[in-house]
Amino acid sequence: MLNTQDILETIQMIREENLDIRTITLGISLFDCVSDDVGRLCDRIYDKITKTAERLVPVGQEIEKDYGIPIVNKRVSVTPVSLIGGSASPDGYVQIAKTLQRAADAVGINFIGGFSALVQKGMTKGAENLISVIPEALAETRLVCSSVNVASTKAGINMDAIRKMGAAIKRAAYLTREENSIACAKLVVFANVPEDNPFMAGAFHGMGEPETVINVGVSGPGVVSSAIARAGDCDLSALSELIKRTAFKITRVGQLVASEASRRLGIPFGIIDLSLAPTPAIGDSVAHILENMGLESCGAHGTTAALAMLNDAVKKGGVMASGHVGGLSGAFIPVSEDAGMIAATERGALSIEKLEAMTAVCSVGLDMIAVPGDTSEEVLCGVIADEISIGVANTKTTAVRLIPAYGKQIGDSVDFGGLLGTAPIMPLRPYSPARFIGRGGRIPAPIHSLKN
Amino acid sequence: MKAVITVTGRDTVGIIAEVSTLCARADANILEITQSVLSEYFAMIMLVDIDRLNMPFSDFSDAMAALGKSRALDIRAVHEEIYEAMHRI
Repeated sequence: MLNTQDILETIQMIREENLDIRTITLGISLFDCVSDDVGRLCDRIYDKITKTAERLVPVGQEIEKDYGIPIVNKRVSVTPVSLIGGSASPDGYVQIAKTLQRAADAVGINFIGGFSALVQKGMTKGAENLISVIPEALAETRLVCSSVNVASTKAGINMDAIRKMGAAIKRAAYLTREENSIACAKLVVFANVPEDNPFMAGAFHGMGEPETVINVGVSGPGVVSSAIARAGDCDLSALSELIKRTAFKITRVGQLVASEASRRLGIPFGIIDLSLAPTPAIGDSVAHILENMGLESCGAHGTTAALAMLNDAVKKGGVMASGHVGGLSGAFIPVSEDAGMIAATERGALSIEKLEAMTAVCSVGLDMIAVPGDTSEEVLCGVIADEISIGVANTKTTAVRLIPAYGKQIGDSVDFGGLLGTAPIMPLRPYSPARFIGRGGRIPAPIHSLKN
Repeated sequence: MKAVITVTGRDTVGIIAEVSTLCARADANILEITQSVLSEYFAMIMLVDIDRLNMPFSDFSDAMAALGKSRALDIRAVHEEIYEAMHRI
């Protein structure tokens, strides 16, 4: 029989340390929905999603019950809409977004991702039309998430696309000004975007993916944090080992859930995303892990080093626990979604520059950061360009999800509720990058992209 | 298929009898029981065979959770695989 201590340890992780599976995300290809008539395209999209994802939520709930582990989100990701929208007009793209919303409502999922475009080298007409209506599409839907890949290590950085995204973020903030500019929380700008990411708002079903696929995102900052707290004053080699062992256990549960979901739905398993995804709940914070490692506050000098070690140990532990690893895989540092990050920001310990440095060593980027509502488009573009450059130069994914909260100033905060949390408004540098951004064009791919 | 029932909390008179009764009613065959009491903290772990369960497993685990709630204990019934996955390579 199983060891009593092991069983009790698992129960403690679930009951007291917020261990959960963050998401089961069902990827669905929409290539076979293509039509030159937007009405027909929307009908096909609706039918395909509702038919394919019909059992996703009940099967997810069944697995939760069978294994006693919460599965927080059941989501769907679809082929980037710009690839299947083709000749649709801007209005047509809004219609597609509304169709995604209707389909999401019909199957009862938490989010649907894929109102997306890949424009790292340039824009097709379809991508341009889609990007032009992202603010409207997000303002007029609730569950639709949008992402745009503006750069890659292979292609360089499309600065024209970044300019468009700066404008889109500003307009999305304005259109949802009555709801704390929430549309911006559903919009991510990427470099080196992964095509099998199960996490929102950046999930979509990539071009090389099968017809349908199950991807699972694990979580567990609370479990890692408690393990570190219990370890006391051991040295960093021992701490790294401990994080690896904990990540292994967390990931094994993710693998079990993924295999079961795949078996019960009859849909192939894709990947496990090995991520430490925080929530605003007490005891579910990545910042608190860093603080338990020995920092007075997240944001102190030493934060980047601690995060780099954490991120590496999570991957080393997790990779052995899963057959296929992919997606973003690493620690997430979304400010509004992490109680410790919020506290660090409020006490003035965490600045956007420190966050930028942290993103060089962990999985994503400047995530869920609220900035003053009167921030100019050019400054937003400057923040995006800096962050995207880190991804391109380091051959890793980086992303930007900024909320220029309409009408809000330094000292205010915005409350999105639920998993999206609360964001104190963070200051940005006041100096203008307008002339640099205004040049447009493409920043060439770095020399180390030429590997062949 | 096997499930693990765990009962944790303050020691309560008759709790094993009540859990066993629920198992019998559901046709869950008890294979093994271990228990430990550390001061007043009680932990009982029961391995049951659920191949011939006469109700959906979710109803069975709900019934266990409800019994736990009524006795101020934490009672969970889950498939064995989650523990195996986490603790065995």
